[in-house]
Amino acid sequence: MTIAAKNQSQSGSLLIKGGHVVDPAARIDTPMDVLLKDGRVAEIALPNKIEGNADDKFDARGLIIAPGFIDLHVHLREPGQAYKETIATGTAAAAAGGFTSVCTMPNTAPVVDSVEWIEWLRQPERGAIVNVFPIAAATRASKGATLTDFRALQSAGAIAVTDDGKPILDDSVMREALTLAGELNFPVVQHAEDTRMTENCSMHSGARSFRLGLRGMTAAAEASIVERDVQLAMQIPNARLHVAHLSTADALKSVRRGKRAKARVTLEVTPHHFTLTDEDMRDYDSNYKMNPPLRSASDLEAILAALADGTVDAIATDHAPHAAHEKEMEFERAAFGITGLETALALAITKLHRERHIPLLRVVELFTAGPARCFDLCGRGSLVRGSVADVTVFDPKKKWTFDASKSISKSKNTPFDGWQFTGKVVATIVGGKIVCSS
Amino acid sequence: MNPARGSLLGIEHLEAAEILKILKFARGMNPDKLRLLLKGKRVLLLFYEASTRTRSSFEIAAKSLGAHTVLIQSTGSSIEKGESLLDTGYTVRALGANVIVIRHPNAGAPYVMAHHIDVPIVNAGDGLHEHPSQALLDAYTILRNKKSFKDLQVAIVGDIFHSRVARSACHLLSKFGVKIILCGPPELVPEIAITLAPGVGIARHIEDALRGTDVLMLLRVQTERLAGLKIDLSEYVARYQMTAARLKMAKKDCIVMHPGPIIRGLELTSEVADGVQARILEEVRNGVPVRMAILARAMGKMR
Repeated sequence: MTIAAKNQSQSGSLLIKGGHVVDPAARIDTPMDVLLKDGRVAEIALPNKIEGNADDKFDARGLIIAPGFIDLHVHLREPGQAYKETIATGTAAAAAGGFTSVCTMPNTAPVVDSVEWIEWLRQPERGAIVNVFPIAAATRASKGATLTDFRALQSAGAIAVTDDGKPILDDSVMREALTLAGELNFPVVQHAEDTRMTENCSMHSGARSFRLGLRGMTAAAEASIVERDVQLAMQIPNARLHVAHLSTADALKSVRRGKRAKARVTLEVTPHHFTLTDEDMRDYDSNYKMNPPLRSASDLEAILAALADGTVDAIATDHAPHAAHEKEMEFERAAFGITGLETALALAITKLHRERHIPLLRVVELFTAGPARCFDLCGRGSLVRGSVADVTVFDPKKKWTFDASKSISKSKNTPFDGWQFTGKVVATIVGGKIVCSS
Repeated sequence: MNPARGSLLGIEHLEAAEILKILKFARGMNPDKLRLLLKGKRVLLLFYEASTRTRSSFEIAAKSLGAHTVLIQSTGSSIEKGESLLDTGYTVRALGANVIVIRHPNAGAPYVMAHHIDVPIVNAGDGLHEHPSQALLDAYTILRNKKSFKDLQVAIVGDIFHSRVARSACHLLSKFGVKIILCGPPELVPEIAITLAPGVGIARHIEDALRGTDVLMLLRVQTERLAGLKIDLSEYVARYQMTAARLKMAKKDCIVMHPGPIIRGLELTSEVADGVQARILEEVRNGVPVRMAILARAMGKMR
């Protein structure tokens, strides 16, 4: 696998030839060629119909050409925790996983709650290889009390606000956040967890947690916050709520109700929540510890159904890198979170497309048009002429084995080490330039 | 790394035949007669949590087998300075530990050790999870008082949720077809507890737990672990305290067990604790030969 710097100069035009375009936003699922020029999609046409010479050609025979993948939920750990991950290493991992855009969470050290930090994140010195869209803190230092300056943060380039990891519990603060953000057409992202109910908990509350002697987070701790937030989104004009990493069947019911009532509610789910359950963890392996935790088999079934029927808007990884010493310890004390950028597509194809027969068009939508809509990433998530030239080329049939020790991310905390997958990224193209190819 | 041979991490994954083998071997162990099966070996006792019975019993067991013991407690060691579990484990390994006996407030801590350190690990109680040596000595005690496990009914009364003793006991007794009744209020005995093992049921009223019971195991209400759970202790006493009058509802030859420490006046009265049916001190005594067997097994000397 080769990863090139984003601003490394490459030729002006690139013709991707011989592949099969899957562009859910444009309802395209057919063999086509794509010409990228000056950072945009210059032309998309049936095979061999694009005339003239391109500076470079990419042979995509047998491959799927999709709009560049967008991950709405990553932790790149800067500022402050570069020993876990940096913008440079995290975006390199994103590129390896086929993501051309990532939205970064503000729960860093310090918290990204100011215009200065938003600007800092976007500086070229950070060495980002793919597009970085910062999400700002919703309250100062994410303490859940005083709202940040949404307007200024939005102008500086933040695409949403959240107190990820520290949910906004106070009803009046959440109401105010949704009201103010709504006026700016700004999504409020909520990590739904009533932390008053989950103190000292380290996994899902159920038969398994009882057996293991671990205190469990109940499904209700998630569902109650989602229900409250959806109610608020239904009441407040223009409010935009995005439910992060939804993991329970009960929370899904609230979101479905909100969507039916035409409230502006969107949601994401993670690959690990559609793949694993609380029964999968063995011997207190903290690579199975994340928040929200792996849930019950019936929660997983509900999530799979919602992925298939169109309720879920996006697959997001919640890529949460941690150093080995923060994971290899007592389960209850180990850090929450797993890496996910490099295994997301493979899990989606293996688990959703091949095992559950969800059409590739829908799977690709969850990585492209869906997330682009959630946060209004204009010009992205599609390959129609004039779109930003972000493209993900992948082989849906390629079988491979994931070796965590060779992963591009700085951290190796994943439960998928040694897993056999079908479906692999072949090239990641950002702004018309190949940033990663294998 | 897989756990070293001879490790005892829990009862759940131990086979019935192996349990019987340990109990049989324990019957040949006598702490008053030195048997130097572990001569010159080092048994490291790593205690991250307070303990009277388990710690001293493992120590006496190890010494009765001719081993040296070193006790490391979280207070007064580098653990206080922030040394991680694994670094402490590596250090102890470097000191030449042949067996590590670990007591820890976090469930699964012995597993983390066992997956990184190539010495047999013996779980001396991990958080709310398991307490395998206690379950084995309780089984040993039951078999010294009852002919066999066949057709036995065991009632476990009290704070099941916070009890590693209860979890290990359920796993063990279930493997031998024992009927197990857990008794207590929903806060301490959640419905989900019946999923622990086959043969486990719940009774909310003490009379239902006692009727037909051969073995009564009482547990302490672990007030230090309640973490926000609101338990009205006077109501607990009123509904579940074992009194001489209540004990009459059980079978006549019912024995009363308790892993200790007992709190007189709370989960049981002194009358019951000191009564003829009590086997609480016998359990303590039996802890030594059973732990001798566990340590011998850890070193491959259980033949």
